[in-house]
Amino acid sequence: MKSSATEKDLKDVIHEAKLRLLKMHSESGVGHIGGNLSSLDLLMYLHHKVLNSDDVFVLSKGHSAGALYATLWSLGRLTDEDLQKFHKDGTKLAGHPPPNWIPEIRFATGSLGHGLSLSAGVALGKKLKNEAGRVFCLLSDGELDEGSNWEALIFSAHHRLEKLTIIVDNNGFQGFGPIREVADLGSLSEKFNTFGFHTEEVDGHNLEDIARAFSIETPGPRAVIAHTIKGHGVSFMENRMEWHYLPMTEAQYRQAIEEISKA
Amino acid sequence: MRNVLCNTLVEHSADKRFVFLTGDLGYKALEPLQDIMGQRFINAGVAEQNMVSVAAGLASTGLIPWVYSIAPFVYARPFEQIRNDVCMHNLPVRLVGNGGGYAYGVMGGTHHALEDYGAMLGFLNMHAFIPAFADDVPVIIKKLFDFKRPAYLRLGLSEKPKDFPLPTYAPWRRLLRGNGPTMLIVGPLAGGILGALADLSESVRPDIWVLTELPISSNDIPADFIDDLRGSRHLFVIEEHVAQGGIGQMIARCLLMMGETPSKFTHRCALGYVSGLYGSQKFHRKECGLDAESIIEALKGIA
Repeated sequence: MKSSATEKDLKDVIHEAKLRLLKMHSESGVGHIGGNLSSLDLLMYLHHKVLNSDDVFVLSKGHSAGALYATLWSLGRLTDEDLQKFHKDGTKLAGHPPPNWIPEIRFATGSLGHGLSLSAGVALGKKLKNEAGRVFCLLSDGELDEGSNWEALIFSAHHRLEKLTIIVDNNGFQGFGPIREVADLGSLSEKFNTFGFHTEEVDGHNLEDIARAFSIETPGPRAVIAHTIKGHGVSFMENRMEWHYLPMTEAQYRQAIEEISKA
Repeated sequence: MRNVLCNTLVEHSADKRFVFLTGDLGYKALEPLQDIMGQRFINAGVAEQNMVSVAAGLASTGLIPWVYSIAPFVYARPFEQIRNDVCMHNLPVRLVGNGGGYAYGVMGGTHHALEDYGAMLGFLNMHAFIPAFADDVPVIIKKLFDFKRPAYLRLGLSEKPKDFPLPTYAPWRRLLRGNGPTMLIVGPLAGGILGALADLSESVRPDIWVLTELPISSNDIPADFIDDLRGSRHLFVIEEHVAQGGIGQMIARCLLMMGETPSKFTHRCALGYVSGLYGSQKFHRKECGLDAESIIEALKGIA
């Protein structure tokens, strides 16, 4: 899956993907752009610099499907024509990733709290079959309200699933308020460490920092808590809960493009 | 049936695709399987949602996971995990629910499985297997190792009358001939009813059919069953499952679509908790009119 982009090139590739993501959401008139912008850097780094052909990626926060589609577009796995059909009748590119389509989308997700257990199953399968490859699962922080995640953390640590890495897009917002006001998660590092994960905290928009976290070898499962900004890169979207839902007006789209282009 | 399940799975343990997961249940029953499976026997703890999604993940790597628990804990607790992770992806996960219907008796309603196959069959790709006799279990298990779709296996307590010669396994089997109604039974209830009805006079005695694989379509219904029904004009369905989503509704739809409409339809099914009191499986069956004695009374009333 990896691309040949150098670290410097990758910044340009991400820049392009971000513009394409905004265009796709604008053309389709759909929301969820805030959480897509918070996870795009992580998805791009993972897909361009980390994932090998034996590795599996699971997008547990299925509402970031747009960012995943834009990432796969940047790798040439999806075409412009594919993206133009995003959210339209007769598309494969639904608002959440579809089942039974391309290998890069291993599982349909969208209902939260499923991806980590699915990833644990894949990691255990590889272990039992003595197969090569690692498993990476991207979760949202709000998603951690779901109890099934904590079942999966116990299971993954107990079975020492060292091929498993979970990444939390820690943008601090959930569906109807800031996390600290809805269901405060406290210190995720402390929680994951206590559950038996090796935990790293990174700036989820800093490629050098992300690279550092993924380069560390750990004896058991690994958690990367990526501090991110909802609506990253667009001033009127940053840290605003409503951009979980709102479609952009034409004027907002033009402003967003202008801000990203100047960044 | 649980012991037969264990013994049969032991025989399949050399199949490297086979992984067994239990939701922390199987004490004094599954130890032989645990011993022989080694690391492919996984006690996933009391965490059924995770267990089912893990099974889906395992199946996506080419393995065949069998997931075991008391029936409601394997189909009701992880309902969405079965729907999204197993069924939407059409993965060959086998869900084994021990204690179909009222089998857990006085343990109470939380342990009963009265809507299991109806609920499961609402999902894409799902199939249900409901052995009526212990002898059915090894045949079904063998079938499930080659079956490419999700499956739910409902186990109960076999009640086959001693020395009754079972016909070769098939999803539809005629067990007894008679001149009464055409009776279709799902699950182990068939054994007790068969034992009680075999001695009835042929004029009252029904044709007894047992059905073990769901869903059904019009094409699956054997011509002999239709012939029996055309003769009796009375369909009598018995199942330890609520009416909603049960075989009574399924077969009524099939027959209507086929233009085969018997003039009389009797449906004996689970009615929940009729008196609000709890007891053995026998107690609950009696309250619902599912016991052999109540069925005989009904047949005499018809005659």
